[in-house]
Amino acid sequence: MYVSPIREPLVTGKKTYKKITDEISAPIEGKPGKAWYAGITLTVSALLLGLAMMGYTIWEGIGTWGLNKTIGWGWGITNFVWWVGIGHAGTFISAILLLFRQKWRTSINRSAEAMTLFAVMCAGLFPLIHMGRPLLGFFVFPYPNTRELWVNFNSPLLWDVFAISTYFTVSLLFWYVGLIPDIGTIRDRMKSKFKKWIYGLLSFGWTGSAKHWQRHESISLILAGLAAPLVLSVHSIVSTDFATSVIPGWHTTIFPPYFVAGAIFSGFAMVLTLLIITRKVLHLENYITVGHIESMNKIIIATGSIVGIAYITELFIAWYSGVEYEQYAFLNRATGPYWWAYWIMMTCNVISPQLLWFKKLRRNLVFTFILSIFINIGMWFERFVIIVTSLHRDYLPSSWSMYEPTMVEVGIFIGTLGLFFTCFLLFIRVFPVIAIAEVKSVLKSSGDQKDKSETKEKH
Amino acid sequence: MRRYISAYFEDEENLLRATKDLRDKQLSIQDVLTPFPIHGLDPILGFKRSRIPTIGFIGGAIGCIIAFGFQAWAFVVDYPLFIGGKPHFAIPSFIPITFELTVLFAAFAMVFAFLIRSKLGPGANNPIHDERITDDRFMIIVDLDEAGNQDELVKEILLKEEAQEIKVKEIDK
Repeated sequence: MYVSPIREPLVTGKKTYKKITDEISAPIEGKPGKAWYAGITLTVSALLLGLAMMGYTIWEGIGTWGLNKTIGWGWGITNFVWWVGIGHAGTFISAILLLFRQKWRTSINRSAEAMTLFAVMCAGLFPLIHMGRPLLGFFVFPYPNTRELWVNFNSPLLWDVFAISTYFTVSLLFWYVGLIPDIGTIRDRMKSKFKKWIYGLLSFGWTGSAKHWQRHESISLILAGLAAPLVLSVHSIVSTDFATSVIPGWHTTIFPPYFVAGAIFSGFAMVLTLLIITRKVLHLENYITVGHIESMNKIIIATGSIVGIAYITELFIAWYSGVEYEQYAFLNRATGPYWWAYWIMMTCNVISPQLLWFKKLRRNLVFTFILSIFINIGMWFERFVIIVTSLHRDYLPSSWSMYEPTMVEVGIFIGTLGLFFTCFLLFIRVFPVIAIAEVKSVLKSSGDQKDKSETKEKH
Repeated sequence: MRRYISAYFEDEENLLRATKDLRDKQLSIQDVLTPFPIHGLDPILGFKRSRIPTIGFIGGAIGCIIAFGFQAWAFVVDYPLFIGGKPHFAIPSFIPITFELTVLFAAFAMVFAFLIRSKLGPGANNPIHDERITDDRFMIIVDLDEAGNQDELVKEILLKEEAQEIKVKEIDK
């Protein structure tokens, strides 16, 4: 395929197929460094703290949280929505960018998809704990029971159960089908008999036969086609948890597209946070190039601007609707007791990504890293603002109240951060962080070889 | 007795040309093993289009009917319950779950079809011809007749495209 010579190469360093295999498999074969051990010690400690706090919540009850009669959803649901949002980038990258034939996705899709799975795991924990009796969590599924009742199919909370479990399952299938050939590669490199056996089992007996590749290509494309609307549906459905209620500040039709844009925005921010470190630590700068970072930053500007417009539209519609409750809800967000949360959200999500219009900043790794953290924080505050400020002053002034989290809630949140990063650290040691076969397939068209026959290794 | 010849290439362009030549000479190619999908190889090998999309469609259709049918049955026939004065047969609110299950069923149907048809799965014991084919080698396996009349022709085509480690193998069957 013809690719313009002025197009930035996606794989630099004059790679050969062999070099690609060697370099991407290196983190799995080598011994982990001190940084990895330090990292995992920290994340496992966070995870243990979280588990202890979850255990305490389940033992004592939801009363250990800072919730009250007015504010029934606090950090728990904020974290749930935040994590689900982060889980949107992976499948967006691998599904929607595949359909748009964006080749730069090949270097980042594997790790982003893994991130999706871990983020959705963290998200799913919150509604489960929030039930108070997680052992009865299976009540959410429509199974024949002695109470002779079905679940309420008209409720967005039930749609959520289906949306998130389907999203997790389909993302897992998509991710694993993509991994099979690469696990085959790792299997064939392993020297130890035990490891070879394990990877052999996981590779499902992959041989690289042309017929298998044909089916593999076909299934990847159709799964992407299915996963693309699925990504968009998940956060749309999450947003209906709010939009179908009658709380001022929640009851708006703009929520589904606004939530989806916000989800992709925060997801890409998290991908950047992780990959800027990963590419450095695992020496993958030739695969995840500054060009990749720039492409992701462009998506951040696009989605960040959509989010900004949505905030302003909400304000306008609140004024224009003439509904005094709606007007008060928004006035209260910006100037009420939680004004600081609103302005953190506005600064981090609306103003800061606009700096990326400067090419110099888009290609600056330190700046991008700091900005991605700002966006993560901003998007967390967006959910906090939507949930807490809308609830804390509703229709009846006599029930107005304030909310602050207890150490238990904070601990559970830190615990899910621990879970997420522990899973990621284990992932980079066990599976290839970059889709080896996919990068090889774009090497000739998008590598930086002048003479395309250089990909051939001379023996 | 079955006889075949195996060789590998270091570049997919050579593989493509050799495969085309072999097919033009009516030789039977048993398999081509590559580290990544080679575009343009499927038509040369004469593969029919994969039927995985059809299976996905059928799976999705089944999921769609089951999800919508079940919700309608549960809320209209089995236990009509008033919820906020909404109609029992509330089509719009059945759509999200119907969509999710359509995708779920289609995805499972395709993945299982792929694994079963390709004989892949945990514990699958497929022979691995060479460990380098998941790295940087493009291997071709060509069937030979028992008398050995085709040997020279195949070798000639393979050598023309710089094939290496050309080996003739015989299996008692």
